Amino acid sequence: MHMSEQNNPQPEASLAAGDWTPDMIRAEVNALKHKPGALLPILHAIQDRVGYIPEGAVPIVAELMQQTRAEVHGVISFYHYFRTRPVGSHVLQVCRAEACQARGGRELERHIQTRLGVAYQGTTSDNEFTLEPVYCLGNCACGPSISVNNEVHGRMTPQKFDRLTDTLTTTVLELK
Amino acid sequence: MTTIYVPCDTTALSLGADQVARQIQQRADQQGVEIQLVRNGSRGLFWLEPLVEVDTGQGRVAYGPVVPEQVTELLESGLLAGQPGHPLYLGPIEQHPYLQRQQRLTFARIGITDPLSLADYQAHDGFAGLEKAARLTPQQIVDEVKASGLRGRGGAAFPAGIKWQTVLDEPAGQQKYVVCNADEGDSGTFADRLVMECDPYMLIEGMAIAGLAVGATQGYIYVRSEYQLSQRMLDEAILRAEAAGYLGDDVCGSGQTFHLEVRLGAGAYICGEETSLLESLEGKRGLVRSKPPLPAIEGLFGQPTVVNNVLSLAAVPYILDKGGNAYAEYGMGRSLGTLAIQLAGNIKQGGLIEMAFGVTLREILEDFGGGSFTGRPMRAVQVGGPLMAYMPASQWDTPMDYEAFAALGAGIGHGGVVVFDDTVDMGEQARFAMEFCTVESCGKCTPCRIGSVRGVEVIDRIRAGDNRDDNLVLLAELCETMVDGSLCAMGGMTPFPVQSVMKHFPEDLMARPAPVEA
Repeated sequence: MHMSEQNNPQPEASLAAGDWTPDMIRAEVNALKHKPGALLPILHAIQDRVGYIPEGAVPIVAELMQQTRAEVHGVISFYHYFRTRPVGSHVLQVCRAEACQARGGRELERHIQTRLGVAYQGTTSDNEFTLEPVYCLGNCACGPSISVNNEVHGRMTPQKFDRLTDTLTTTVLELK
Repeated sequence: MTTIYVPCDTTALSLGADQVARQIQQRADQQGVEIQLVRNGSRGLFWLEPLVEVDTGQGRVAYGPVVPEQVTELLESGLLAGQPGHPLYLGPIEQHPYLQRQQRLTFARIGITDPLSLADYQAHDGFAGLEKAARLTPQQIVDEVKASGLRGRGGAAFPAGIKWQTVLDEPAGQQKYVVCNADEGDSGTFADRLVMECDPYMLIEGMAIAGLAVGATQGYIYVRSEYQLSQRMLDEAILRAEAAGYLGDDVCGSGQTFHLEVRLGAGAYICGEETSLLESLEGKRGLVRSKPPLPAIEGLFGQPTVVNNVLSLAAVPYILDKGGNAYAEYGMGRSLGTLAIQLAGNIKQGGLIEMAFGVTLREILEDFGGGSFTGRPMRAVQVGGPLMAYMPASQWDTPMDYEAFAALGAGIGHGGVVVFDDTVDMGEQARFAMEFCTVESCGKCTPCRIGSVRGVEVIDRIRAGDNRDDNLVLLAELCETMVDGSLCAMGGMTPFPVQSVMKHFPEDLMARPAPVEA
C-alpha cells in the first residue's frame, strides 16, 4: 500500500453511513480506554467510524471513561475537528490562512460559497458537500489550498474547483 | 534498470503526483521497459512539484513541474534516459542553484530517500547519532546538545540543552516523558510536515536520543489533525524502527527503554502552545496552564517532560553524529546552526530553504524566491506565523537572527515567510489577525478571549471611517492590554501584526471608499 493512499474506514455492512449503535461506540471506547489520556483517540475513533460524534455517544463514553457527560461534551466542543452532526458525502475544507490569502484565497472562498450555495459548516441540499474552514493545510508554497476528504489540492482556482466538484458529484448541482 | 523518482509528500500529491506516477508506470509497462518507481520525499523545491527524477547512473536528472497530461510527451522525448530537450528538463538536480546555495544539515536526506526505507536512511548517516548516544552517559548527551547552541525551533528559541538538563536533573526513578510538538499550525510553515512525511526516522532518532538523555521511557508525537499523512508515515516508521531495535525495550543495545506513540490533535491552533498541548494529550480541553511550574518539572501527567518542536528534535541526530561544535560553526551571534526557512504565499519560487542564521530576508525573497508569483511588486512579508509582525521593504535587509528580528519588534518564530504583493489590503490583514484569535483563543483569559472580539469591532469601525482617530487610540490601548495581560503567546502576540500595520502601513487603515456598484 502506498502510504499516500487514504485508508478510509470500511462502512458497516448493514448500516448506512452515519448510522451507529451503542455497541459500536462501546467497542471503540473499550479498544482504547487503557491508554493514558485516551479521550482524544477515542473521539477520533468514533468520528472515523460514524462520520461524526453523535449526541447519544456522549453518555456511553462518559460512563465507560468514568467522567461526567459535561467533561466529555466540553472536550468535543473545544476542538474544531470534532463534529456533532452528520456531514455530506464529501467534506470540503477551505484554507483561510495568510499564505493562501496572499494567493487569492479570499476570492476562492467567495467563489466556493457561491457555487455550493452554503456558508461554512453548511451542507448542500443534495447532501454532497459539507463546507468547513481550515487554518492551514501546510501546503503554503502552492496555495490557495483546499482539502476534500482529507486529501489536499493545491494551486486551486475557481475553474479547477468547478471541475473538481463536477467529477465528485453523482448528481447535478443546482446552481443559483 | 532505470530508477524513476516521484515524490509522495502532501505538496506533490496536491499537484497530481499520484497520477503522474501511475501514468509513468503504465506507459513504461506498455513499452515493455522495466523501471523501478520510487516514491521519494520532496526536496522542497515546491514550485517544481511534481518533480520527476531519473537516475541515469551519472546522478539524478530532473523534470518539473510535471502534470499528468505531459507524461506521454515526456517519455517520448527521452525521459527514461534522462535526455534534455523537453522544456521541463531541469538537468542534474543536485546542481540546481536553489539547492546548491543551501546548507542542508537537518534536511540532508530529504527528497533523496524513500521516506520509509530503513536501508536508505542508514545509507545516509541514519541512526549514527543514536548509536553514539547509546554509548554515552545522559550528561554527555546533554552536554553535546548544549555545545551545539541549539535553540528551540518552535518559536520561543529557548536553549534546548538547558531544557534537557532540567529534566535530567529531576530525580531518577520516576516516569519522565519526551513530547514532540508537531502541531505545526502557523500559516506559511511546512518544515515539520516535510520531516514527518519525507524523513520520519530522523524525528524518531532525535526523540530516542532525547529519551536516553533525560531518562524518559515514553515519547509522544502530537500531530495536528490536518496532517494525517504525517501520522500514517510516522506510525509505519515507528513499527519498522521498533522491529530493527532502534525503539523498544533495548534502544540500540543501551539497555534503555524508549517507546513512541503518535497522537492526533483535533484542529485547535492553541494546542501548539506547549501547556495546552499537554492538556490535550491528557485527554482534556486544550486550555493553557499557568507557568510555573515548567513542563520540564511538572509536564505530562504531572511528570518531568521535555517538550520540543519537530525541528529541534530533528537537529539532534546530526549534533550527536558530527558533534555539537560542528553544528555551532554555522550561524551568527547567539543564533547557532541552521534555520529551516519556509518560503510561501505570493512568491514565484516557494519552498524549503535551510541556511545558517544570518542570511538576509531580501536574499531569501529575491535570490531564492525570484520575486512575487504574480510578478507585481512585493509589499509586505509576514515572518514567523500569524502572531508576528508584517515587515515592510525597509526591513528586508535584516539578517535572519533571533536577536536582530526581536530588535525590530518582529520575530523568526518557526521560520515561515509569507509574501504579499502590492494588491494586499493591510487593514484586512490586521482585522484577520484579531479574527483568527477569536476563533482559536482557548478562552481561559479575558484579554485574549474578549480583547480579540473587540479588536475586530474596533478595526471595522476604523475602516468604516467611524470616529477614526479615537478608535485608533482605542485600538492601540487594546493591543497593549492584550500584550501585557494575556496568559500565553496567543493573546500576547496577536497584537503584533496589528501594531505593525498601524506603524508601517497606516494608509491602509484609512476609511475605505464605499464599494462602487458594478
